[in-house]
Amino acid sequence: MPGHFEPLPGGGAAVALDDVEISIIRSLAVQLLELIGPGPAEDASDDPLAELFAEGPSEPPADPVLRRLFPDAYTDPEGASGARAADEQKAHSAEFRRYTENDLRAGKRENALTVVRSLDALASEAAGEGGAVLKLSPRESQAWLRALNDLRLAIGSRLEITDEDDTDLLYRLPDDDPRKPMVMAYLWLGGLQETLVTTLMP
Amino acid sequence: MDGVTSPAPLEIERTESAEEVFAVPEPDVPWVTIVHNDPVNLMSYVTYVFQTYFGYSKDKATKLMMDVHHKGRAVVSSGSREEMERDVQAMHGYGLWATLQQDRK
Repeated sequence: MPGHFEPLPGGGAAVALDDVEISIIRSLAVQLLELIGPGPAEDASDDPLAELFAEGPSEPPADPVLRRLFPDAYTDPEGASGARAADEQKAHSAEFRRYTENDLRAGKRENALTVVRSLDALASEAAGEGGAVLKLSPRESQAWLRALNDLRLAIGSRLEITDEDDTDLLYRLPDDDPRKPMVMAYLWLGGLQETLVTTLMP
Repeated sequence: MDGVTSPAPLEIERTESAEEVFAVPEPDVPWVTIVHNDPVNLMSYVTYVFQTYFGYSKDKATKLMMDVHHKGRAVVSSGSREEMERDVQAMHGYGLWATLQQDRK
């Protein structure tokens, strides 16, 4: 069924995608990769230990999408009780960020790369046919599941979806609204993720 | 031990770390991981993450997901600070919005 993942016998999942769908997901995944940025491996020295101990940033990212993907670990969104508690939360969040953000970025980059690679393999199969069936192994399904979620978080952040009512509004956008294509992609990716998670439910 | 090692210094150097100005938390108060509501994350996905990462039953995972959805937040695990940092990092890996704090009731 188009736009719906179905479980494969023996594990994994499959979905039929046409050329346009393949290029949309690929393009979104590439944009996410550009936003997350290159890994330390690309400009690091040859010393593997240096890379292992390289510290991540201590400040939250300036971009709202990245701030959502890498949130403060100690900052209570309902607000701290007093300036001193807020300072303490900020300092602990900075420390947490220094030693986790590089790993988190690497994991999200790897998931998005898995998506790009499987689509590139599929695109050659789909050439001239108009589309093809994407078949994912259980491991690829996990990467896809997280990457689809990251893509939806990124688009949701760009569309400024901050509460449930915003999602309802998106369904009622007029056709000439400039956000319409992005909204369509957001809702379509939601359907893909929903059916993929169903194939993985324990 | 050959008996010629120098004795430990009597005066411990004072470090002016930022940590020191903060109140020392009570060590026996457990820490908790809190997942916050988010209009983007799918209910099925959040339930799936609670089942697969924490190993919770479908019922427990669903109840926690509904708490996040309706109350805006839910405590999903508790333990030492190190354990909670691990859980929060894992939640961020899944794209869930999680924080940790000491469980002051």
